[in-house]
Amino acid sequence: MFYLIVAALLLLLVVVGLLVRAQVLIDVFTGSNQKRAGMSNKVNALLFPVFFVLGLIGFIWLSVTSTENYLPEASSTHGVKTDQLFWITMAVITVVFIATHLLLFFFPYVYQFSEKRKALFYPVNHRLEFIWTVIPAIVLALLVISGWKVWSDITKEAPSDAVVVELVGKQFNWMVRYPGKDLELGKHNFRKIDELNGVGIDFSDKNSFDDFMAGEVHLPVNKPVLFKIRARDVLHSVFAPHFRVKMDAVPGMPTKFWFVPTKTTAQMRTDLGKPEFTYEIACTEVCGRGHFGMRMPLVVHEQDEYDAWFKSQQSFLAKNPDYLKKVPDNMKRLAEKAIDENRKQTTLTSVSLKNIQHAFAKTF
Amino acid sequence: MESLAHPHSQSLEVHGHGHDHHDDHEHHEETFLTKYIFSQDHKVIAKQFLLSGIFWAILGGTLSSLFRLQLGFPDMDMSFLKPILGGWIENGKLNPEFYLAMVTMHGTIMVFFVLTAGLSGTFSNFLIPLQVGARDMASGFLNMLSYWFFFASSVIMLWSLFIETGPAAGGWVIYPPLSALPQASPGSGTGMTMWLISMALFIVSSLLGSINYVSTVINMRTKGMTFTRLPLTIWAFFFTAIIGILSFPVLFSAALLLIFDRSFGTSFYLSEIYINGEALHHTGGSAILFQHLFWFLGHPEVYIVLLPALGITSEIIAVNSRKPIFGYKAMIGSIMAITLLSFIVWAHHMFVTGMNPFLGSIFMFLTLIIAVPSAVKAFNYITTLWKGNLVFTPAMLFSIGLVSFFISGGLTGVALGNSAIDIQLHDTYFVVAHFHLVMGSASFFGMVAGVYHWFPKMFGRMMNEKLGYVHFWITFVGIYCVFFPMHYTGIAGFPRRYYSFTSYDAFKSFGDLNAFVSTAAILTFSAQFIFVFNFFHSIFRGRRAPANPWRANTLEWTTPIHPQHGNWPGEIPHVYRWPYDYSKPGAAEDFIMQTVPYSETASSNLEGETDLIEEEIPATQNA
Repeated sequence: MFYLIVAALLLLLVVVGLLVRAQVLIDVFTGSNQKRAGMSNKVNALLFPVFFVLGLIGFIWLSVTSTENYLPEASSTHGVKTDQLFWITMAVITVVFIATHLLLFFFPYVYQFSEKRKALFYPVNHRLEFIWTVIPAIVLALLVISGWKVWSDITKEAPSDAVVVELVGKQFNWMVRYPGKDLELGKHNFRKIDELNGVGIDFSDKNSFDDFMAGEVHLPVNKPVLFKIRARDVLHSVFAPHFRVKMDAVPGMPTKFWFVPTKTTAQMRTDLGKPEFTYEIACTEVCGRGHFGMRMPLVVHEQDEYDAWFKSQQSFLAKNPDYLKKVPDNMKRLAEKAIDENRKQTTLTSVSLKNIQHAFAKTF
Repeated sequence: MESLAHPHSQSLEVHGHGHDHHDDHEHHEETFLTKYIFSQDHKVIAKQFLLSGIFWAILGGTLSSLFRLQLGFPDMDMSFLKPILGGWIENGKLNPEFYLAMVTMHGTIMVFFVLTAGLSGTFSNFLIPLQVGARDMASGFLNMLSYWFFFASSVIMLWSLFIETGPAAGGWVIYPPLSALPQASPGSGTGMTMWLISMALFIVSSLLGSINYVSTVINMRTKGMTFTRLPLTIWAFFFTAIIGILSFPVLFSAALLLIFDRSFGTSFYLSEIYINGEALHHTGGSAILFQHLFWFLGHPEVYIVLLPALGITSEIIAVNSRKPIFGYKAMIGSIMAITLLSFIVWAHHMFVTGMNPFLGSIFMFLTLIIAVPSAVKAFNYITTLWKGNLVFTPAMLFSIGLVSFFISGGLTGVALGNSAIDIQLHDTYFVVAHFHLVMGSASFFGMVAGVYHWFPKMFGRMMNEKLGYVHFWITFVGIYCVFFPMHYTGIAGFPRRYYSFTSYDAFKSFGDLNAFVSTAAILTFSAQFIFVFNFFHSIFRGRRAPANPWRANTLEWTTPIHPQHGNWPGEIPHVYRWPYDYSKPGAAEDFIMQTVPYSETASSNLEGETDLIEEEIPATQNA
């Protein structure tokens, strides 16, 4: 098989070589290689506008048919603004793209070589150059300024009432920690990480006693949410495409991103007519073998649903009482009290939670 | 000035001597080894870089075809690749580690080995002495070293493809901690060590080359070749070399610190890491520091690959439009502005890395400023075509193609440079489409255009034009078919460097489009063998080249058809005018070479040019 392919390729090479030879000889014989520009010049000149027209048709066709595969309208307040900026920018550059290519591809046809004509000696025109320096500068300035405003809004400090969620990347999944009832995340320390305590919760901090881990990200709708982002091995990047959220997770350097989700999962399912729809978080910083599989589901609830879910969550300590050993002696009583409170609360809310679990059974 | 001129006049003597006594072999004993292998002749070194570049381009293209198979046809049975890839095919599937390794090596090879060494190495070497009127580079010896450092670097990089744990696999940007921790990825073991050694050698090679280019352009221009009479090719190579000298050492330091972190337990980039059930001792390092250092080279690198291509295109478009390049000084000005700005935009690669958002704002402003000189260049190219008398040589076609890619890819940069918009687009296929058009394809087209244009000077023969046309149209259409659709997958949010998209609901669409892109990519790559065939076939069987096949003005076409070491048999010609006197009103022909004095072109001289005749007299007496 291998030799057959090699033989076929060699044969092809010989045939092409002979054809080329023949073509060169014909050129020499007909004298067309003496001419400065022959038939080929005309063909090439014509192909540019042809390419322009066909390309433009392809461009329009692809643009029209692709929209169905795009993400739906942004599900966050800032996402609506960045999308708007994006499409404005795309409109501007599409106009420039088509206008410049119109010239670039029709000039070759119009000004193709002719023995009768001489090119115009036109080395410089300062006014023209001034114009096309200033106009792009103004357009770009407008785009930058509008972008800068949005960027500053997105990156300003999160509101103090924001729902805090900690996302920790590792090879190859995301871990999610919530602050629990006190709404304060406990400290973390990478030296405390072990098989169960994947994010390195430091149990010498009393804020950690009611922290809980979740298998998915749950968020309330229309409330600011603050992602506190970390990584424990290599770089990862939190990408929640529907919310237009992206931020790298860096070992040793916590990062953050805050936003306001505007559509619940349920609403998306009805709006899109897709009962299976689920928000997702992906990784967008190459992190090794499983980079493409770091999917983390995300659910946006109505406030009451979210509260019920939040209250139903068993804290890490309640789930893993062994870790009480890691709590300093003088704080043990506080920790035990937190566990008790958590247990009481979770049994109380387990009934209302059942409805939620039922509603999202298909998600996970 | 005296002392600077010295080496120049010395080399002139030596070679003049050699040519006066052509049969006297005592002084010019050239063995095969000194003539073709350890040559100090800039033309031979240029060809060495070109051949190496072609080798690497084929390899880099092959890698991309392989990983495009995976992306376009994820369900395909790849067992047939087992003879080549061996154990990297597991149960008919491509190993995901090796997928990343191929992506990484594709990037490294294309950016550094093809578009930096293959492009600058070839054309700066070949054209600088020929177009400024010098016998050779300022130092032929350093120039030879430059190639052989590159060769050593190439051997190591190539070798790393064949080791058991595979080559580096953390992306061509080799961000730590992934690249620093062998536990994190097998490619971060020996493969990464070899990558770093290879790149260190590469940087030495690049610096030796760049120092030579800069000193040659400054010191060794022939009489009358003032800076404002330099062709734009030389201006582009000159500034490219300056960018290289200033930015490559920063990559070197980044690599050095990474080597320390990997091998000597330092914590420059590493901090608070828990991996494989173990908390590492590193604290206080910053992974972001590496990114700053990397992109301090990485972004100027974009212009290191692009500027030479733009320079080559400026020359080819002027020659084949039979018109002066429009706005010669604006073109120089924009090259200068791009050079300067290229150093202060690097952090636009890092908007969402956790860098201070205020810094992000600053870099957004600086980034969009660089679009202005780029726009000026694009407009100037188009105006040069306007009312020209266009001859479509293959070189001209590829140059027009370059302008198209430069515009298409450059425009999407306006979206990406805007940090608010970049949040969604960062690390998606939109970015892949953007830089493959504006720096990958555009620079590649510049390189190919340069080969078609200067082939007659390199080998004394012509390449086959018809094959050139076929090559151009397939490649041009093909590249748009590959990269244009990627914008759409990018807008849909598809992240780059994904082995497969099937595990996400959000990225399940566009299967057909990905298959189309892969098919187009493989066909386009295959079409490059038309060029390879044409290239090698023409070296031996091509039509013999006339002295000045494109009726161009620049100095290289005044050399003999087969220039020897030293380039001109007699005295180096003097230069009297700029290189763009095409279709000058009143002139007999549609071009006036740089060596023609104004005193011989009374009918076409412009205002002010007649005054220059007086300055010519001593020069003519000299000759």
